[in-house]
Amino acid sequence: MAAVTTAVHAPPRPGPRNRLTAPGWIRAAWVSLAGAAFCFGLVVGLRAIQNYEPLIDGNAIVTVMLIGVPLFFLVGIGGFDYWGRWMIGRPTQPEDHSDHGARSWKDYFRVNTDHKVIGIQYTVTALFFLLVGGAMAEVIRAELAQPGQQVVDPNTYNGLFSVHASLMIFLVIIPIFAGLANYVLPLMIGAPDMAFPRLNALSYWLLPVAGVMMTASFLVPDSGAFNTGWTAYAPLSTDAPLGQNFFTIGVQFAGTSSIMTALNFIVTIITMRAPGMTFWRMPLLVWANFTTSLLVVIATPFVAGSQFLVLIDRALHANFFDAAQGGDIISYQHIFWFYSHPAVYIMMLPGFGIISEIISTKSRKPVFGYRLMALSLLAILVLGFTVWAHHMFVSGMWNWLRVPMMITTMLIAVPTGIKIFSWLATLWKGVLEMSTPMLFALGFISMFTLGGISGIMLAAIPVDIHTSDSYFVVAHIHYVLFGGSMFTIFAGIYYWFPKMTGRMFDERLGKLHFWMTFVGFNVTFGPMHWLGLEGMPRRVADYADKFAAWNLVSSIGAFLLGAATLVFVYNFIASWAGGPRAPGNPWRARTLEWQVSSPPPIFNFDEIPQVVGGPYEYGVPGSVHAVLNGDREKVAVGADGNGHAAHAAEGNGNGAETRRE
Amino acid sequence: MKHLRNPFVQVGLWTAAITAVVGVLVWTVPWEPESASTAAGPIDTLYDVLALISAFVLALVTSILLVAVVHFRKRSPDDLRDGEPIHGHTRLEVVWTTIPALLMVGAAVYSGLVLADIEESKADTQTIRVTGEQFAWTFEYPDQDVRSGALHLVEDQPYQFKITAKDVIHSFWVPQFRMKKDAVPGMTTDVRVTPTRKGEYTLVCTELCGLGHSTMRAPVVVQDQAGFDRWAERVKAGREPQAGGVVPQQGSGGQP
Repeated sequence: MAAVTTAVHAPPRPGPRNRLTAPGWIRAAWVSLAGAAFCFGLVVGLRAIQNYEPLIDGNAIVTVMLIGVPLFFLVGIGGFDYWGRWMIGRPTQPEDHSDHGARSWKDYFRVNTDHKVIGIQYTVTALFFLLVGGAMAEVIRAELAQPGQQVVDPNTYNGLFSVHASLMIFLVIIPIFAGLANYVLPLMIGAPDMAFPRLNALSYWLLPVAGVMMTASFLVPDSGAFNTGWTAYAPLSTDAPLGQNFFTIGVQFAGTSSIMTALNFIVTIITMRAPGMTFWRMPLLVWANFTTSLLVVIATPFVAGSQFLVLIDRALHANFFDAAQGGDIISYQHIFWFYSHPAVYIMMLPGFGIISEIISTKSRKPVFGYRLMALSLLAILVLGFTVWAHHMFVSGMWNWLRVPMMITTMLIAVPTGIKIFSWLATLWKGVLEMSTPMLFALGFISMFTLGGISGIMLAAIPVDIHTSDSYFVVAHIHYVLFGGSMFTIFAGIYYWFPKMTGRMFDERLGKLHFWMTFVGFNVTFGPMHWLGLEGMPRRVADYADKFAAWNLVSSIGAFLLGAATLVFVYNFIASWAGGPRAPGNPWRARTLEWQVSSPPPIFNFDEIPQVVGGPYEYGVPGSVHAVLNGDREKVAVGADGNGHAAHAAEGNGNGAETRRE
Repeated sequence: MKHLRNPFVQVGLWTAAITAVVGVLVWTVPWEPESASTAAGPIDTLYDVLALISAFVLALVTSILLVAVVHFRKRSPDDLRDGEPIHGHTRLEVVWTTIPALLMVGAAVYSGLVLADIEESKADTQTIRVTGEQFAWTFEYPDQDVRSGALHLVEDQPYQFKITAKDVIHSFWVPQFRMKKDAVPGMTTDVRVTPTRKGEYTLVCTELCGLGHSTMRAPVVVQDQAGFDRWAERVKAGREPQAGGVVPQQGSGGQP
């Protein structure tokens, strides 16, 4: 991938360092090896003291290594250097910003505290795992093209759909939103960086650890990948072979990454907004990430907890979920879904933000009902915590809990509906530019509506009793997570591609990608509704012959989707390497990230901007969202008659300097 | 015909047309398998009603989308106009908050009524104990003192299944009955079914339970009382298998 940097984006690196001890891959390699040796010694040593047989127990050693080696790796790569020095009382490295910005592609493989570099690291890592998870989906559909066993054995099959789902959720959708927001959110609120740049870098590096761990589980001898689904229901997961630990522990790293990033977003949004950027002037992407981050910090500890309980059951035989020992199996599902239903909104709300930006810009109209759009996000945040047990209508939980959960689940459609209607009203009487980001945004609106509708059907308990754990549910989640989340992700990647890479993408290939995806998606997942209603259970490697026809159609659609993704990958790489240079503001957008060069200067703004109006005032004569350096006089003469704003901008020079420290 | 070019009129027409087409499909195509229990009718009707409302909502959204794309499209690359600066419309926003909320409350009430209907306890209910294990089902008939790997039921006889599992969670589902319940180790769950149609069906496990999950099925036979009695006698005499055949584990990574 070509370098996308210019001299402006990176100050010279300070003098030569000792490569063996300087943060980087060489140190990461030997520190990880030392960590592996330490974990090995720890387990064997403890077993020797206790006289356990056999002395060398593969399961115990691998489990301890899964927890320990990544921490050593993070130390080696340099994730803790600053805090480490501080803790042991050595002088911390003066903040010379030498680890800001990227000089060459190699800098993306180092610990870097620049939110723009981290944003690209996140996004590209997530896209890599999208290809890995997508390839697994292709194998799954190849196996399901015909009844019977053709391509993989049942163990591999169960591993494939488990790892596919885990990667798509924990390594693709959740982090790619964090990546896009990492890049554009500080720019949007007029900040030079995130509030905690070093924490930001560390939270990125946890992510490849989780991804490699989950993918590597296929290599476990005598076990293969974890094969209990991404839901890892106990007691299936507590009895499963060693591969299960690669999920149980991998989730901890992905979850920690999520929580750290969410804290960072919350603090950034609360404290780093440019002067004049009140909450009611924030772009909706910022609102969306604010609510998402609240969901993440409240909910994610629950999935971490559920997997820790499984791990403790597996490793230490605590018997939380062993019915014969007084364990409570249903409680696993309550804890798990208390995270994993809000997780659906974690995977959707940032996409709502992206769509609001794109629809407004590409229709040249203000977002219709801006305040209600923001408030509906908050309503989803609150209601999102009251619906988890709708995943458990047939689980054997208390019967009385079902009806309240059905009512809240149906009511959450109301704020979601508000958003859909408001986007439609934003389109109305606009001047719609049907370019690739807009196509994905409109595709999202229609497909997500379908996903929401099937969600309401599943909320109706009697229908759910029939369709629960059937292919109807598989269809529903893919309409929500692919037709919903992935469409917004593609829309967002195309929309901010010029800003992030400094290059324009190929519009024709982008449109080809959209249409192939749109058709392939519906051919793949549409028939699954009927398969489920007809009685095909989910998570099966084999099925009754009467389901053969629709399964073949679905598999053909999946191969079309795979081909569409190749078009996207080619466009992404070729455009980044050699696309035409992007201007600062190719879409004539009004939010702040478009008011600087593409890619933006190293600290985003030469001076912190002064925000004087809403972000979407398209078509309002004389409207100004923010005043950047050089434009001051415009406000001083009162573009919107706001003398107070000009005064505030004047007084802000010092404030901006302080923020950069 | 001038008013046909009005985008609002077009949205109305498209919405009506799409709703009609989808509605006809919903009500005429048998999406679910044949119905073989008293629960199937109410559940299918609920599904059809929800599908019809859904068809209308989807038709409305896609019609607005498509009409907007056709009417308000940017005509040339030099077209640098902005749209009308409409920031909102309070009455409209109240409408599209209230109407969906009422619709949802209505759907919830209707669903609640159907739920009460299909789970109602009936007189003369017989109990059958169901046990799931990797990867087979066993059915015990306390009244007849019979144990079998096949589920034989009498037409129009109300049953309550008391379900449990030996190892991991399984799930009891006969698609033709529309009813489902998880089999959970260490506890007993229950589900009520009154079969209404003679025939042979398949009980499938719908909760991932390990390597044999795909093939964890059991035959279901709904028959008349005489046929059932003959079958029960044969089982007692040992001329029918007493328990479900356990599917051999495939691969080396099976659950211990």
